[in-house]
Amino acid sequence: MARELTRRERMALERVSMREQDASQRRVNFDEVNLGYTAEMAVAEAERCLLCARPSCIDGCPVGIDIREFIRLTADGEFLDAAGVIAESSSLPAVCGRVCPQENQCEGTCVLVRKGKSIAIGHLERFVADFAREHGRPPAHEEIPKTGKRVAVVGSGPAGLACATDLIKGGHDVTVFEALHELGGVLVYGIPEFRLPKDIVKAEIDGLAELGVVFETNAVIGMIDTIDDLLDEEGFDAVFIGVGAGLPRFLNIPGENLIGVYSANEFLTRVNLMKAYEAGAQTPLLDLYRKTVAVFGGGNTAMDAVRTAMRLGAGRAMILYRRSEAEMPARLEEVHHAKQEGVEFHALVSPLELHGDEEGWLRAVKLQQMELGEPDDSGRRRPEPIPDAVEEIAIDVAVVAIGNTPNPLIHKTAPDLEQTRWGTLAADPETGRTSKRGVFAGGDIVTGGATVILAMGAGRRAAAAIDGYLRTDEWESRS
Amino acid sequence: MNRILETRELAPSVTYFRVEAAKIARKRKAGQFVIIRVADDGERIPLTIADADPDAGWVAIIVQAVGRTTALLNQLKAGDFIHDMAGPLGMPSEVELFGTVVVIGGGVGTAIAYPTAVALAEAGNDVIAIIGGRSREYVILEDELRAACTEVYPTTDDGSYGRHGFVTDQLKDLIDGGATIDRVIAIGPIPMMRAVASVTELHGIHTIVSLNPIMVDGTGMCGGCRVSVGGEVKFACVDGPEFDAHEVDFELLARRNTSYEAFEYFRAAETKPCAVDAVEASDGA
Repeated sequence: MARELTRRERMALERVSMREQDASQRRVNFDEVNLGYTAEMAVAEAERCLLCARPSCIDGCPVGIDIREFIRLTADGEFLDAAGVIAESSSLPAVCGRVCPQENQCEGTCVLVRKGKSIAIGHLERFVADFAREHGRPPAHEEIPKTGKRVAVVGSGPAGLACATDLIKGGHDVTVFEALHELGGVLVYGIPEFRLPKDIVKAEIDGLAELGVVFETNAVIGMIDTIDDLLDEEGFDAVFIGVGAGLPRFLNIPGENLIGVYSANEFLTRVNLMKAYEAGAQTPLLDLYRKTVAVFGGGNTAMDAVRTAMRLGAGRAMILYRRSEAEMPARLEEVHHAKQEGVEFHALVSPLELHGDEEGWLRAVKLQQMELGEPDDSGRRRPEPIPDAVEEIAIDVAVVAIGNTPNPLIHKTAPDLEQTRWGTLAADPETGRTSKRGVFAGGDIVTGGATVILAMGAGRRAAAAIDGYLRTDEWESRS
Repeated sequence: MNRILETRELAPSVTYFRVEAAKIARKRKAGQFVIIRVADDGERIPLTIADADPDAGWVAIIVQAVGRTTALLNQLKAGDFIHDMAGPLGMPSEVELFGTVVVIGGGVGTAIAYPTAVALAEAGNDVIAIIGGRSREYVILEDELRAACTEVYPTTDDGSYGRHGFVTDQLKDLIDGGATIDRVIAIGPIPMMRAVASVTELHGIHTIVSLNPIMVDGTGMCGGCRVSVGGEVKFACVDGPEFDAHEVDFELLARRNTSYEAFEYFRAAETKPCAVDAVEASDGA
């Protein structure tokens, strides 16, 4: 092995860039944009790590992965061991390495951030997870004694999958119920192929099935079974609800029901889940070829939508965001990639009205120019309208990507579950315990729209609490 | 995968399917629907549950071939499988003792109205059915409805069967004849539902319609099925599909339902036998 680098030498090294498809090429295909590190690149990047005595990166990780240790092993070329370290804390490393907002988490708290040279923790996580998937998994678990307890997990998105993983490893029987025909939740209907290939999600789910998790698709809990049915009729000992945020938020402006106005959920579901981008697809999508597509919003979903529109042949694809670009919640990488692909960014504009033709097709949007005022509740400067600064631009298709509200299906059929005033389920943030004995919840249905990793973390914490509940049969009331 | 137990042609390109679905059969209520996919790469389409037997474990759906997916579905036979079936979805029909209820079905809409008519009759209502069709062969489920309803009035546009005229003509006859009508339920093509709504609005009769907007997931997630009711946006999949007819913006619904006409047109062209082949075949004959 090569001579140990000194601290000074490590700090002088440059961050190893991710290989990616050329922008001109990728904007006409749905293949993954990032091509991953080679083993040499991963080792080179891992060697930059200062292996801090008190690693601040771990504080930035919502699930507390032992980042220093997995990077140390990566630098030594012990990739499978590195994967084993990650697996202790994360159920979906190949997913999180791709979709976590690392700049606000681990990489944001890396000591090298001040020099603008944070370790590329996300890229390394992705490499290690992909390596483990392709070269045999980390050492298999020994036979786990069965507890004989049965848990129903409602929703197969990040929260549900993470929860199911820990429960099955804890010896419980787990059945995951998914409303759609395909497993993965937002990982398959929301996040596009070019950012998260569906094969990767499928591999994670196949791994869970191998561990013994039972999956039931086309099972809309709340309709086919209520929460009470699961506990009473179906004989489950506990239920975890991880159904996601669910209901798309609209702008509440005139013209929103014109043909050509999609929610991001509908637009992305048609493309990702129903594969409307493939030739001969059975699910229709409006023809975007040479059309002008406007996406309202500035989060990751907005970026996914606008980049999808570009790939479907849009002549112009633009982001319209009511705050300034600095306030956009999207991952930096997505904004950067979108710009490379030719997406236009218009900040500080707020839609007032959508205009259509006589047959009800969207034709234009009337926009109010904004400027930044005083900070609001979120700490971000509040956008305020500039008097008389109104313009109209011609658009053919609009995608509204301004978030979701909680899906009321579960609550409607389990009215005894306490809700917050925002309509989310009330659950203890540490344990996921709801107001109903044996029922836990986590992910967007509790927090409102958040990230894959936060949902996963909530699923894991709930799994630990469910395990405790099933072993002791003690239900502490929430404080 | 759900096995098809029986298929039967009710009218030209309208097929009745009895499909194995034990749990849905036990849980469903009148007015609810399922989302199905015919094949692995198929689109998701909503279909109202026309009937169900919780003991035998089947549900019935009645399908009119209007697009590619429904055409594919109507080629399936007993013993074949429907790839996916999710449900029951949507809010059940309001079933109470209203008194006299007129249930109106237009074309294949009669299939959607049928389970609600049965449920209303079981709840003790006097149910009068008016079922319309273009001509005799399009009037469906008459015998089934006669078993549940106090009166059944078929109507046909061309006069080939029953009363010559529209369902609204029959409805007006009933109203003019002095019948006390406590509630009307109308399910069929949008122009029909709209026409019924304007008749009953004049007479102040509470009227319910079942809407059929374009849908994808059926769980409230996509918002594609949004309709305007009383000036408010509602999602037909979770808030409906039944709504107060006098509050519905039918114009908007009709327009939004044309979103993919171009797509359907080109897709239909793809699946038709090629005109050139047809010419060659006839030449060879």
